[in-house]
Amino acid sequence: MSRAPRERRNARVARLSLAPYSVWAVLFIVVPLVFVAYYAFTDNSMRFTTENITKFFTATSTVLGEDGSQQVVRTYMVIFWRSLKLAVISTVICLLLGYPTAYIIARAAPRTQKTAITFIMIPMWMNFLIRTYAWMTILQDTGLLNHLLAALHLGQAHIIGTEAAVVIGMVYDYFPYMILPIYSVLAKMDTRLIEAAHDLGCNNVGVLRRVIFPLSLPGVVSGVTMVLIPSISTFYISQKLGNGKFFLIGDAIEGQYVANNLHFAAAIAFILMVILLIAMALMKRFTDSCVRGGV
Amino acid sequence: MKKIIELRDVSKAFDGETVLDHIDLDIYDNEFLTLLGPSGCGKTTTLRLIGGFETPDSGDVLFLGARINDTPPHKRSVNTVFQRYALFPHLNVFDNVAFPLREQRLPKTEIEEKVREMLALVKLTGFERRNVARLSGGQQQRVAIARALISRPRVLLLDEPLGALDLKLRKDMQQELKNIQKATGITFVFVTHDQEEALSTSDTIVVMAEGRIQQIGTPIDIYNEPENAFVADFIGESNIVDGVMRADYRVTFSGHTFACVDKGFQKNEPVDVVVRPEDVDIVPLERGMLRGVVTSVTFMGVHYEIIVDINGFKWMIQTTDFVDVDEEIGLYLEPDAIHIMKKSEYSGMFGDYSSFSMELDELSDAESEADE
Repeated sequence: MSRAPRERRNARVARLSLAPYSVWAVLFIVVPLVFVAYYAFTDNSMRFTTENITKFFTATSTVLGEDGSQQVVRTYMVIFWRSLKLAVISTVICLLLGYPTAYIIARAAPRTQKTAITFIMIPMWMNFLIRTYAWMTILQDTGLLNHLLAALHLGQAHIIGTEAAVVIGMVYDYFPYMILPIYSVLAKMDTRLIEAAHDLGCNNVGVLRRVIFPLSLPGVVSGVTMVLIPSISTFYISQKLGNGKFFLIGDAIEGQYVANNLHFAAAIAFILMVILLIAMALMKRFTDSCVRGGV
Repeated sequence: MKKIIELRDVSKAFDGETVLDHIDLDIYDNEFLTLLGPSGCGKTTTLRLIGGFETPDSGDVLFLGARINDTPPHKRSVNTVFQRYALFPHLNVFDNVAFPLREQRLPKTEIEEKVREMLALVKLTGFERRNVARLSGGQQQRVAIARALISRPRVLLLDEPLGALDLKLRKDMQQELKNIQKATGITFVFVTHDQEEALSTSDTIVVMAEGRIQQIGTPIDIYNEPENAFVADFIGESNIVDGVMRADYRVTFSGHTFACVDKGFQKNEPVDVVVRPEDVDIVPLERGMLRGVVTSVTFMGVHYEIIVDINGFKWMIQTTDFVDVDEEIGLYLEPDAIHIMKKSEYSGMFGDYSSFSMELDELSDAESEADE
């Protein structure tokens, strides 16, 4: 008889002890999101409107095409696709570089593993603006890279102000976020599974393809998520390393905000959020079926 | 009989610590061989050398006469049932069992047929689509066996495969492993530290301790004719006392000279004498060859296990007759109850029943040291 009330009291205590976190989460996560949505669907006099949303899809501007002719394009669609393209390229490069790195680290002696992970994390302790400035000085036409190339008589490379420079910046900034989740999955992997695969007829490539990679997919998914999402909404890197020539969706949000178009800035942020949520849900479905279904 | 695997003077050390010390071992085709020994005796390392997961520091591993020291596991016709099974968590039962066949790129219909056959052999028909993580221990065990057998290896290695199962299931699986071995004709090399399991399943038992092979033989040989005090103590229960061989068939121990069935020792050679607890008869005092005082009686169900103090040495005797603590009794030994062994490095370390485990001895030692 006394059990039920006590359990109820325990549950109440548990809920109560969560209260500070709940308040924090509501105040700093839920409320801002509600405000973003609220601003996205209102005009300057706070009346409901879908104008901001439609503006994102329909606004046009005139640009100079490559052949010199004037072209009319949908402004924000162009910006969005450019952001997506650069983010996807950066993510793919991060994955292609990050997976082997994580794999090699996870196979090393425990001491080496610790050292390597520390080295990968050290740049994350520096402010990312400073890291971006560092890349400016490296990539500039009169920067470190070109000095080095000149010293080696290899000519000049014009990188700053190109899409390549923006991609380099993004890859550098988000690389650790790709390595760490993949590494933690690989390091925890049961070595007996790898031995079993060898035992059952797999060479090294087979073991990697049929056991290690499928089992590390959860790490790959979180790595991809952690790189793709910040790089799609990044804004500072493109301004500094792209010389402002590659206006990205993050720059658009910042620009509208600075110009005091809060409602339109909120609308762009809202649309981006919805697209990312859908993309993540699709990715999760895909990997779930992959992990369960096997090769 | 054909030798399928030979270990020739194999040694292996990890971080300077010798794990295998000059091992020689022949494994014959179609036998159920068990590597038996306490943890750290080198039995698992021996298995891993045969499987190809370790290479010997010196010596050779031969497969049908050919040296395979450097052959990787996937090129050996040897498969392993791993401790705690190592099933692939991302694959269901069917895909786990089909794993080796997919690597061989067999046609789909052939794979399906073989997997169905193999699942029938291990009694898992109908489990094809199950998630391996949701199977019971016994079922996981069967999947592991099916997966290891499906490409018909010449040798199956089993690393303590029954350790995680409860007692009844374990007995069933022992019987079943034996049936599967007979049905397939594949050589089984089985690792265990459970002597009862070894005795009931094996054709050949290899007793190991401290990186060396102590004895190789059939279960009956090993039990009845242990080669040294270690084997006698590890397999079953044994009273091991110091004795002196007076002549062929005559041995003196505990102050009495007995007739025995052993010969071939030198006159007055010191020996170890093994007497199994079930081979001692309790008789009236006047008929006893030895006499002693009962110090404890434990009811074990089928029999009583009594500890008898004979001249300060504690014997264990299993009897169906009831005796009381502090009673003085006579003991009678038939000649074939006595087994004589040459002295070895293990002499004097085992066979006294003051306590059952070394650990308790060490604990009481520590206690008396602390008292001083």
